[in-house]
Amino acid sequence: MVNSLYKKHIISIPELDRSQLESIVATAGMLKATPNPQLLKNKVIASCFFEPSTRTRLSFETAVQRLGGTVVGFDNDGNTSLAKKGETLSDSVQVISSYVDAFIMRHPQEGAARLASEFSNGVPIINGGDGANQHPTQTLLDLFSIFETQGRLDNINIAFVGDLKYGRTVHSLTQALSKFDNVSFYFISPEILAMPDYICEELDEAGISYSLHTSMEEVIPNLDILYMTRVQKERLDESEYVHMKAAYILTASMLTEARENLKILHPLPRIDEITVDVDKTQHAYYFQQAENGVYAREALLALVLNEQLSAGDTNND
Amino acid sequence: MTKSMQMQVEAINNGTVIDHIPANIGLKLLKLFNIQFVNQRVTIGFNLPSSALGCKDIIKVENVFINEEQANQLALYAPNATVNQIENYEVAKKLTLELPDQIHAIFRCPNSNCITHNEPVDSSFRVLTKKDDIQLKCKYCEKVFSREIVTEHP
Repeated sequence: MVNSLYKKHIISIPELDRSQLESIVATAGMLKATPNPQLLKNKVIASCFFEPSTRTRLSFETAVQRLGGTVVGFDNDGNTSLAKKGETLSDSVQVISSYVDAFIMRHPQEGAARLASEFSNGVPIINGGDGANQHPTQTLLDLFSIFETQGRLDNINIAFVGDLKYGRTVHSLTQALSKFDNVSFYFISPEILAMPDYICEELDEAGISYSLHTSMEEVIPNLDILYMTRVQKERLDESEYVHMKAAYILTASMLTEARENLKILHPLPRIDEITVDVDKTQHAYYFQQAENGVYAREALLALVLNEQLSAGDTNND
Repeated sequence: MTKSMQMQVEAINNGTVIDHIPANIGLKLLKLFNIQFVNQRVTIGFNLPSSALGCKDIIKVENVFINEEQANQLALYAPNATVNQIENYEVAKKLTLELPDQIHAIFRCPNSNCITHNEPVDSSFRVLTKKDDIQLKCKYCEKVFSREIVTEHP
């Protein structure tokens, strides 16, 4: 079967349909179980990070190399022609894309990946984060982690905690899970950092149930997934921050009523919103989630760069 | 148009009359059509009394017939404006304003961190209509703005 992700630009989560998301999650599972160093053999992938990133860049580059591909690129643009000589991003993309089979990029400005897709002459652009807009591969690894721990993406009860206003991660994951059946969302945040109206309107229009809360304890017993995020100090004034912060810190003692299957996810880095005693509970999954970034990115690259990819291709033989 | 109104802004022989523009929007429309109106006689009325709007602006341009596509761009500023083509002092054609699906190269994206500000591309917005609310979504940064924020952005 021809895969619909072949040569597709991966810019924004709303552009991926349910079957494409399922296909990435399934492929990630197979590659985690059975590594395959052939899928990107003889492929050269650009990894261009116009702003620093630790996990995203290292996991992308690990993914390429684990599949037998090679990486060219840079990890900050300070030494590139853009910074040194004032070249436009569109010119840089036209040139670099002519060297490579796919182009992974992170950029501090919103819309950079979409723009790049218009200048890459058909070479697939993989968005590794464009400013405050999209970070689709984070969502893919989140979906994979949910599927891996729950065995399904339908019928999930998920709570998002912390900064829901500015967190692109929670917006994208909400949009992705909205494509699945019977998902219930619990949004837990200070009022000032509540989920933006446009996301709530999208859920209303799709008839998807969600509820707003200001404390975690009341919802924890209902949850399959507790998705924590960091409340950033600079979003609130200092006295407000000290007061708010305490309400959005997860400790092990808050998990006594949790379902056995509850898993806690976090896009990392965490600061102090999950205390270290949670790490030792059966519910902590954030470090495995970070590891899953490699498999989700392997799956995406394999699907974008192989026209036909069946279950057999993800075996070593 | 009432007879008394015709006296407030002189009638034209041939051209286009854009009427029922909300007050203070007329100047923005002139700016929008700046190039097309070069060297033509333009008569304008600002803050004229209007039974429907209370106060309105009106623009009359001699010898320029704006087409439907141009009129649709205008719909974003003034959804209830009327656009009439005049021949020999008579209304020859009334254009119906329809919101376009996409708007290219007219407005700057209000998001100062949008990539379009630094690169050789035109701005592009998808027009979203929810009930009576009109919003624009930037094709690049994917941010959604209310109509007023985009149209009033310099």
